[in-house]
Amino acid sequence: MIDTIVRFLLLLAFPPIMLGIVNRVKSVFAGRKGPPILQTWRDIAKLARKGLVVSSTTTWVFLAGPAVSLATVLIAGSLVPYGPFRSPFGFTGDVILFAYLFGLARFFTTSAALDTGSAFEGMGASREVTFAFLTEPALFLALLTLARLSGSLDLNGILLGPAGGFSSATAAPLVLVALALGIVVLAECSRIPVDDPNTHLELTMIHEVMVLDHSGPLFGVITWAASIKFFVLSTILLHVLLPMSSGNAAIDWLIFVAGLVAVSVGVGVIESIMARFRMRRVPWFLTGALLCSGSAFVLLVR
Amino acid sequence: MSSLPGAFARIKAEKALPFDELPLLDGEGLAAAMREAIREGSRVVSYFGIPRPDGLTELVSVMAGDTTNALGAARARVKDAFPSIARDCPETQLFEREIAEQCGLASEGHPWFKPVRYRRSWTGRDAWGRDPSLPILPGVGDFYRVEGEEVHEVAVGPVHAGIIEPGHFRFQCHGEEVFHLEIALGYQHRGVEEALRGGPDSRTIRIIETIAGDTTIGHTSAYCQALEALAGAKRSPRTDTIRAIALELERLANHTGDLGAIAGDTGYLPTSSFCGRIRGDFLNMTAVLAGNRFGRGLLRPGGVAFDIGDAERDELLKRLAAAESDVTNAIELMWNSSSVMARLEDTGRLSKDEAIELGLVGPAARATGLARDVRHDHPSGIYRFAQIPVATFDSGDVYARANVRWLELGRSIAFIRDRLSALPAGSLGAPTGPLAPRSFVVTLAEGWRGEICHVAITDEKGDFERYKVVDPSFHNWPGLARALRGQEISDFPLCNKSFNLSYCGHDL
Repeated sequence: MIDTIVRFLLLLAFPPIMLGIVNRVKSVFAGRKGPPILQTWRDIAKLARKGLVVSSTTTWVFLAGPAVSLATVLIAGSLVPYGPFRSPFGFTGDVILFAYLFGLARFFTTSAALDTGSAFEGMGASREVTFAFLTEPALFLALLTLARLSGSLDLNGILLGPAGGFSSATAAPLVLVALALGIVVLAECSRIPVDDPNTHLELTMIHEVMVLDHSGPLFGVITWAASIKFFVLSTILLHVLLPMSSGNAAIDWLIFVAGLVAVSVGVGVIESIMARFRMRRVPWFLTGALLCSGSAFVLLVR
Repeated sequence: MSSLPGAFARIKAEKALPFDELPLLDGEGLAAAMREAIREGSRVVSYFGIPRPDGLTELVSVMAGDTTNALGAARARVKDAFPSIARDCPETQLFEREIAEQCGLASEGHPWFKPVRYRRSWTGRDAWGRDPSLPILPGVGDFYRVEGEEVHEVAVGPVHAGIIEPGHFRFQCHGEEVFHLEIALGYQHRGVEEALRGGPDSRTIRIIETIAGDTTIGHTSAYCQALEALAGAKRSPRTDTIRAIALELERLANHTGDLGAIAGDTGYLPTSSFCGRIRGDFLNMTAVLAGNRFGRGLLRPGGVAFDIGDAERDELLKRLAAAESDVTNAIELMWNSSSVMARLEDTGRLSKDEAIELGLVGPAARATGLARDVRHDHPSGIYRFAQIPVATFDSGDVYARANVRWLELGRSIAFIRDRLSALPAGSLGAPTGPLAPRSFVVTLAEGWRGEICHVAITDEKGDFERYKVVDPSFHNWPGLARALRGQEISDFPLCNKSFNLSYCGHDL
């Protein structure tokens, strides 16, 4: 019971803090003091108090975009196990639901962008779906590989692995899956080198340009939902990178949170030491993720 | 070799001559002479009109043959129209549109006859026959369009997401690829040339200092030289040296800022943040000289307002050494980062031929391998005795424009260090006296963006009848539009930063 409460508190409260950690790491690399760790929460609180501007050319789809993305990431977040703690909602085949929740969120985000009729947002929507075309199968194949390894078809079983833990004989496919998931995290959460979350240059944006017309509370919801997506995908990555359980609940929770912090720091370091790819090169990078998880799967079925 | 046809009078920068001594041609003759000069390798430095009370307009053309260090000028009187040579000589197209807009003359045969700044003419005539009762709005009008099922148009600006000046950019795209970019400016027009007419007065220098706020020293140098030439004033070597140090400090600050901004646009944070700070260090060195970070109030016609004492000299040398090592670290970091280089190389490529055709100046021209630098080709002041090697690179892409800036950083630092360690003696100068009447003078300065050209023409009383300012941005904006052809639209901000042109310098 306590574990379930902790789960939901973490799911709701921790994601914006992860963005705060990423930004703090980037600041340190740039020689700046940087914003407070809680800055993303403060931004969301500020946005919640603001007014809302809704263009008269838009329809209900414009409002549905942020609402659906928040709802879907919350559902996705409640389906995955956190560290050794199983999800209370798991069922056979929930992995398919999980993958399509992201698809549904994307459908509504891009529809809301197209709903504004702006050339920028159409451009962003086109980029988003083009790149998703490569990240979705990469994520699917990674989950499929893990499903094959664990012999299970529900997320709890897939991510927690076989009873005795993954055997060292499967190290090669696991490394490939970790690489693929790492790239998926960077791409899906619009981080450098795929997208630049800090830029103000609308012509170069992928994700941010789709939400240019959302303001106030709606934009707060988008920011929050984006951070939860980062949290959920990082959780999946942690199952591959850090599949450990001490048996003590308190220590396990600490390990889990430390893992999330480590992923945030890692993303911050990557963002600090490299530039973005040219837009034309992004598909190559994403194809790399697809090849990694595809090869991992091939290694297992041979 | 670039040579000027005989129709042009040979002139020298910073040397006033009676205006009536300029050869007088008719419109066709001037066009033919300019066409011939450009074919022979010369380029347009300035080309403008002076409306006369009798309804005629006097066109004045200043051309430069850089390889022979030659400057030439000629004029023509025209009535309602003048022939355009832009179809054969694209570098003149913006000048011709400017003349048409300011003087209300039709530019006959102009391939893309549009306003430049969307203002009414000075004469009451209108080259486009627009209704005088309706307002003229910048950026409103026809744009070049590519038709087709899969072609789409993206319009950016005039309000931008960043805190920058306003300008309107119209892209014709096929997916991510840009077929064509058209740039419409004019939002920043303040009426600089109109306000300078009848001067110089106490406001004039303030206006000059803010033609382009980041090029205060560059424009003020050209202005002071013009006044000194017209008043026949002599400057001491000490004055020239202090001016050159200020000009190079301005270059250092802006080049550092540009390199940081280029890194920032690729998402490479460390160089971006460091350069932002180091740019401030260079600006603060200008403040040591003048008490103002942009050098406002330092240059005055006749001399400079502040001397460099021993304390300032030591302070500057100390700060210069620190900033040099900081900027080297920050830029080396970027050069050694393969992900940044992958973005810079082969992006926004311009060939040397295109640069010549469009008449580009400054680092943008030098990045295509064109050795075009006023400090070398038409030196004035201390640059006649202390040369700075011209920094060129040949790939013509964003990397080349960044690298030229980087090379110039090192050379400017060395130049300042040499000048500071051997400051010549001499006075700081005295205010200039009255200006010669009915005279004409051209002055050139190599600002950090490129060639700055000022042309002053005085009336019978020695007041400015016409004061023509050409900011390097006026030459270079078409270069940016050309560089975008066939590029990805997402690379536009990076290309734009690599040119970093001035909106207000163009709009005046």
